[in-house]
Amino acid sequence: MAKTLAEKVWDDHLVRSASGEPDLLYIDLHLIHEVTSPQAFDGLRLAKRAVRRPDLTLATEDHNVPTLNIDRPIADPVSRLQVDTLRKNCQEFGIRLHSLGDVEQGIVHVVGPQLGLTQPGMTIVCGDSHTSTHGAFGALAFGIGTSEVEHVLATQTLPLSRPKTMAINVEGKLKSGVTSKDIILAIIAKIGTGGGQGYILEYRGSAIRALSMEARMTICNMSIEAGARAGLIAPDETTFAYLKDRPHAPKGEDWQRALAYWSKLKSDSDAKFDKEITLDADQLSPFVTWGTNPGQGIPLDGVIPSPQDFTDPEEVSAAERALVYMDLKAGTPMKKIKIDTVFLGSCTNGRIEDLRAAAEIIKGKKVASDIRMMVVPGSARVRLQAEAEGLDKLFLEAGAEWRSAGCSMCLGMNPDQLAPGERSASTSNRNFEGRQGKGGRTHLVSPLVAAATALRGTLSSPADL
Amino acid sequence: MEKFISHTGSALPLRRSNVDTDQIIPAVYLKRVTRSGFEDGLFAAWRSDPEFVLNKAEYSKASILVAGADFGTGSSREHAVWALQNYGFKVVISSRFADIFRGNSLKAGLLTVILGQSDVEALWSAIEAEPSLEIKVDLETRLVSYKNQAISFDLDDYTRWRMMEGLDDIGLTLRKIDEVENFEEKRAKYKPKTLPVLS
Repeated sequence: MAKTLAEKVWDDHLVRSASGEPDLLYIDLHLIHEVTSPQAFDGLRLAKRAVRRPDLTLATEDHNVPTLNIDRPIADPVSRLQVDTLRKNCQEFGIRLHSLGDVEQGIVHVVGPQLGLTQPGMTIVCGDSHTSTHGAFGALAFGIGTSEVEHVLATQTLPLSRPKTMAINVEGKLKSGVTSKDIILAIIAKIGTGGGQGYILEYRGSAIRALSMEARMTICNMSIEAGARAGLIAPDETTFAYLKDRPHAPKGEDWQRALAYWSKLKSDSDAKFDKEITLDADQLSPFVTWGTNPGQGIPLDGVIPSPQDFTDPEEVSAAERALVYMDLKAGTPMKKIKIDTVFLGSCTNGRIEDLRAAAEIIKGKKVASDIRMMVVPGSARVRLQAEAEGLDKLFLEAGAEWRSAGCSMCLGMNPDQLAPGERSASTSNRNFEGRQGKGGRTHLVSPLVAAATALRGTLSSPADL
Repeated sequence: MEKFISHTGSALPLRRSNVDTDQIIPAVYLKRVTRSGFEDGLFAAWRSDPEFVLNKAEYSKASILVAGADFGTGSSREHAVWALQNYGFKVVISSRFADIFRGNSLKAGLLTVILGQSDVEALWSAIEAEPSLEIKVDLETRLVSYKNQAISFDLDDYTRWRMMEGLDDIGLTLRKIDEVENFEEKRAKYKPKTLPVLS
């Protein structure tokens, strides 16, 4: 029977499938971090259970860690306790951990791919909703809660009901200045924050094929913002070239064996998706959010919509609330919006290509005098690579801050937060109320728009410079 | 996990859609390493407004939350479920839940009930007219009932059975661990391992 890519990966991981109960799926890689794991380890201790496969488990410190003075003890005692708890747990259960200061430390979804641990056809989970990032390699990857973290630690499996599948076809060629971030923001605006509920998304089409691995990760990363637990892209030559010679990629004959399997990982031409939508890449322009959920986005050239533009009463009231919270008026051009802080980073857009693209725009120019720009590499490796290329100097000379790796202002769990009423242009993934700090207001943007905005002080694209 | 068979209590009407888990509990409250004490973070940003429904005396005994569509979107933090439970909620009713939140709730013993939006609206009106209105949520019959109303809801048989028995998912899987071992023997050898450290 013809199958979609998601169905193939699912079926290849079935430990058990019986009617009247969920499927039991084997998990190839379990990523953990300090925030969603402590209660899971406590559960294991309480039940006197071991970690079944420490050799398929990797921990990093990312959500809660500072991005300044990382050589000193963490100032906030509650944060310090949480990080210390992860260190103790990893030691007790024999799990590899990349701590603050370690060259492999960084945001868990940046670290996995750069080590070559993320490979096509795998099942990957993590107690973090942006685990969907790894889907860019043709892996089935999704976020889980702490109860499920404990379940995977104890059994290396998860009981799950089979989701439906949705094809998202993006055909055509992106215009200059338009990025994969704009593609995914446009998709979420089209299908809504609940549009992907119950589905695994598969991104296909010529515009997706043309993207680099890092750009593909940006798209898959935000699948959850459309309500889908997972999103994936069939592996191809771009995927294989990215993986070759990474530390954990298969070597020698194993590489050939892996390649033979990976090459089969695509949806059959006659496979049926439960739903299919199409987007024209040629028509896309830089996209930004105006509201308080990632589905409230429009082209940067547009004006803020009026609640009356919507028909669904839920959307009308959501828009009314969003405009009040964001302190914006319907009809205002997006480009007139004045920004206070620009955040370049996160598991969505904190990789080396993102930093290069922004640095190219900033190079030799100055960040607007009333703008704070924070550049936070997604991992210590990304930071080192950027420094080897001199990108840190370009950012610093322009007046931006150059930080150490972590989730930082994407979720404002560490000291990197917006002040109440402060407005950001952020390359991260969520513009929820207070996401980047209580009372903070977030506009989601691409790295190119972030850089141009930093220079002009108002939401801008590189074409405006 | 505690058994869930039936719950009767009063309800809190939360007339908002797209309540994401950052609203249910903001990130700064996620630093605890225990499963308890998260009630102070529940809807923390909204609670500073005295008019927020959670602050109203007439709803102070509510144990059922009736929320707008797409409840629990965003972050996978199970802390959102714990915050609701720690505060005293046993049931959340909405017309749509985000996938991860719903999975987390049913694993942790917080019953999430999906009703049609018109049933949710009717429930809101009934609660607002009479805040002490008694609502019964019964897993045995899969019915939400109040006054002379009885609305049925769907929940798959397996999850219902697991919640009614208060069964630990891990214990259930460990009973089938030989099947996991069989699977592991057949796994491709080229699949990556995190140990030893190679980088």
